[in-house]
Amino acid sequence: MTMAGGNFEKYKSDGSLAGNVLEWVDARFPATSMWKGHLSEYYAPKNFNFWYFFGSLALLVLVIQIVTGIFLVMHYKPDASLNAAGVPVAFASVEYIMRDVPGGWLIRYMHSTGASAFFIVVYLHMFRGLIYGSYRKPRELTWLFGVGIFLVLMGEAFFGYLLPWGQMSYWGAQVIVNLFGAIPVVGNDLSILIRGDFVVGDATLNRFFSFHVIAFPLVLIGLVAAHILALHETGSNNPDGIDIKEKKDEKGIPLDGIPFHPYYTVKDIVGVVVFLMAFSAIMFFAPEGGGLFLETPNFYPADPLKTPPHIAPVWYFTPYYSILRAIVWNFFGLDAKFWGVVAMGASVVIFAFLPWLDRSPVRSIRYRGPITKVMITLFVICFLILGYLGTQSPSAMGELISQICTVFYFGFFLAMPWWSRMDKFKPVPERVTK
Amino acid sequence: MSNQGKVDCGRRRLVVATAAVGGVGAVAALVPFVSSLLPSERAKAAGAPVEVDISKLEAGQMMTVEWRGKPVWIINRTPEMLETLPKLADQMADPNSEVKSQQPDYAANPTRSIKENLLVVVGICTHLGCSPTSKFKAGAEEGMAGDWLGGFLCPCHGSTFDFAGRVFKAKPAPTNLEVPPHVYLADTRILIGEDKKGA
Repeated sequence: MTMAGGNFEKYKSDGSLAGNVLEWVDARFPATSMWKGHLSEYYAPKNFNFWYFFGSLALLVLVIQIVTGIFLVMHYKPDASLNAAGVPVAFASVEYIMRDVPGGWLIRYMHSTGASAFFIVVYLHMFRGLIYGSYRKPRELTWLFGVGIFLVLMGEAFFGYLLPWGQMSYWGAQVIVNLFGAIPVVGNDLSILIRGDFVVGDATLNRFFSFHVIAFPLVLIGLVAAHILALHETGSNNPDGIDIKEKKDEKGIPLDGIPFHPYYTVKDIVGVVVFLMAFSAIMFFAPEGGGLFLETPNFYPADPLKTPPHIAPVWYFTPYYSILRAIVWNFFGLDAKFWGVVAMGASVVIFAFLPWLDRSPVRSIRYRGPITKVMITLFVICFLILGYLGTQSPSAMGELISQICTVFYFGFFLAMPWWSRMDKFKPVPERVTK
Repeated sequence: MSNQGKVDCGRRRLVVATAAVGGVGAVAALVPFVSSLLPSERAKAAGAPVEVDISKLEAGQMMTVEWRGKPVWIINRTPEMLETLPKLADQMADPNSEVKSQQPDYAANPTRSIKENLLVVVGICTHLGCSPTSKFKAGAEEGMAGDWLGGFLCPCHGSTFDFAGRVFKAKPAPTNLEVPPHVYLADTRILIGEDKKGA
């Protein structure tokens, strides 16, 4: 079996200088075995389709965010005090990057567009997992590491959004940190512990900066490594949801597998090119994303005395924000506010339970029946409606619709053990199809 | 190995004890890190009282001052504004200011103030901490419902408050706006953040 973690022979020099160097290194570091195990002899199913671009694209966006972030930190100042012109230093330093640092505007727009691109790519990546059952046994840990990545990414985005110290940064952080205040008994002290002050202020800005540039990226990289290692241990799923390891040739290579490098590295480069075209178009022509990627109130410096007339989180948080707002009832003597926070947290964490909620005998949607297709379609529609409503001002109609969608959202997961079994299933082929 | 399968219980106990002591040390090492997240001495000291001159505050006007980083509103209510308060009592979650934490005892009255016309209140919604917007005009003129009598609307989640900072029933905000401790130093000077001396 030549998969990740397998035994590969050490490199033997052909006598050339490069060969000698590689042999020297390989005797002291698993260079060849890592290269082969994860790339040139990692056999991935040959039938990957469009949906399989988004994993490698997420990795690309991670690199973009880290590189642009390194350069932004060279000019950014996490300081909430007012400068001589009466503008908060942090806000002014972002303006400085945009106007006075050569190329600064482009690096900043790469980073802000990258944040939204990260979520687009990750949502599509998760959707792929959902339709092809990529989370099913034996890939549960890969999925759990993925959920961890998603949670850390949300934290990373939330911390990062405070840094420009605009009106939306400030009041968004104010609302989200106050959510923790809804937890009985410890809530109030917890939100003070998070802010480091009685209001969102300089202490908050500095610790969010620290989390954003050091703590969370480190954890994120670690989780990404774990996600890929776990994936390469079990091997990739595919649109047919078939285990390609079950049919191997005499050398132990899966009949339906092809080496990741060069086949999928080259394929992924095509995806990268198309992605970068879309990314550049947004970055150059619509970096504010119509007020979705960079919200208008954030072009005003943070004012602790005045909330903007309409505040909403950035688009990638709005589905969960809608769920938060949808809960307006008190239960068990606890405030609606608390249950809203619980529902919001649960709506994200519930993804982690998918591997055990799905009881379908087959993995891929290709061999599952109408119930699965209808449920997943409705789930996506609900998710989009919740996302839209989260960008809107509260209204009676919006509240009712978001309540219906919230019920369906949780129903989708909690009733999955039943509806996933009830469906009609088609026979799964022995080998992958085209 | 010759001793395979045999566990030296004495050594195992030593290993467990060593790990336990080490674990206690590791947890103890967390203390400075967690405590560094708490408000610093400087942040705690920043809550100094603020003195405000209200001599220019005309009837029907409102001013905002900053105290402990929060907006504090001072509203000089007109007789018409005050007349709305008893009318709205039955629509209020806490019409009689019974939630102790939301005002000092001297403001637990029908107008929630020391002087009848002057309301001093922290302009932070008790739901999630946004600052409500003034909607002083009655009726639908400022985008409110037709039966609106004037007060405040929180833009974040739609909580509404009357001219005494009392929250309407069935809104996300659980309690009335907070009346900060304050004292009149003179007719037109208020000290916000302190009651009478020593109190």
